[in-house]
Amino acid sequence: MAAGSSSDYIKHHLTNLVFGQKADGTWGLAHDAAEAAQMGFWKFHVDSLGWSFGLGILFLFLFSRAAKRATTGVPTGFQNFVEIMVDFVSNQVKENFHGRNPLIAPLALTIFCWVFLMNLMDLIPVDWIPSLFALFGVHYMKVVPSTDPNITLGMSFTVFAMIIYYSIKVKGISGFAGELTLHPFSNDNIAVKILLIPINLFLETINLIAKPISLGLRLFGNMYAGEMIFILIALLPWFLQWTLSVPWAIFHILVITLQAFLFMVLTIVYLSTAHEDH
Amino acid sequence: MDINATILGQVVAFAIFVWFCMKFVWPPLIKAMHERQEKIAHGLQAADQAGKDLDLAKEKAAETLREAKHQAAALIEQANKRANQLVEEAKEQARVEGERLKHSAQTEIEREVNRAKDMLRAQVAALSIAGAEKILAASVDQAAHGKMLEQLAAEL
Repeated sequence: MAAGSSSDYIKHHLTNLVFGQKADGTWGLAHDAAEAAQMGFWKFHVDSLGWSFGLGILFLFLFSRAAKRATTGVPTGFQNFVEIMVDFVSNQVKENFHGRNPLIAPLALTIFCWVFLMNLMDLIPVDWIPSLFALFGVHYMKVVPSTDPNITLGMSFTVFAMIIYYSIKVKGISGFAGELTLHPFSNDNIAVKILLIPINLFLETINLIAKPISLGLRLFGNMYAGEMIFILIALLPWFLQWTLSVPWAIFHILVITLQAFLFMVLTIVYLSTAHEDH
Repeated sequence: MDINATILGQVVAFAIFVWFCMKFVWPPLIKAMHERQEKIAHGLQAADQAGKDLDLAKEKAAETLREAKHQAAALIEQANKRANQLVEEAKEQARVEGERLKHSAQTEIEREVNRAKDMLRAQVAALSIAGAEKILAASVDQAAHGKMLEQLAAEL
């Protein structure tokens, strides 16, 4: 395979299907990366959002169906699986969250299952779905939503908003401001204390901002790297691909589960700290 | 990295999904699981209670059995006593009855004897009269009279 076509192949696989306002003022799908870049902020990655919504709805559909049929008798089949998931998440929340908030557990369950399903798309061979869509004239299709930083950061910033909301709700504005300005450096002398405020504010703000960014970028980075390796493996001759793709896929099963788990646990921990009043 | 409005779409979807999960997925599942937990706990408790009840019932049964045995023994003893008493009474009655019979037999005998004596007396009188008649009828013959008297005496 020539170098040019290889890099084209990779670029093609990393390009989203973009919907936005074109240069001539009409709204539509971008034909290539250059046109997409012209659209500025107000454009949507149709493929990422589509798969993300679809998988989220799939999760909610399956789980709400199980919830509707849930009985107190002996659980069977899918209900069993759902209950194991609920139990697992419930235990994680009990261990890591030391407050009382009915939102946290469903939030954690949604995050874990949804992120897991999004990551799971990574295990579908990289060319299958894009080729299928190419048959219908759709030329760009990224099927793993969690390789799109918009998706991962969208979730992590929602979590961030919740951190801010609950910090203020539980501690009050003054309490939250105090947390940001009176730690980690403190002094009994009031003058020194005031002097330390800017330093504390600087450190605490970085600490606070780092939470959502690291949360989103960790998931994105892991999944993006994994996807990239799959794409590189797909450049090999077809009869050699399995020698690398099978071990990588098996290893990746661990990665996708771990990343979904991490996203969930860190969300719980961050929200737990937000609920703690010193 | 191309950050764009996709992020807003994801935020909205995330919020809706979490809300849906909190409203329609989590509560029924957790409720069903808690109810099952309670059911199992109750079941175990009931089993425990049943075991205790069984022990209690066994104890009670043994107690009742023991009591019944006691009562039976008492009844048998009482019956034995009563039987002995009856036998004694029967003996006493028999003795009394025997005594009475003996007594009446004796009186009867005495009466018979008296009657026989009376009859004898009457016959003796009659004989004496008959003998006297004969003596008077025949002439007085010392030898014959003496002989007759001897005969009379022998007839007595």
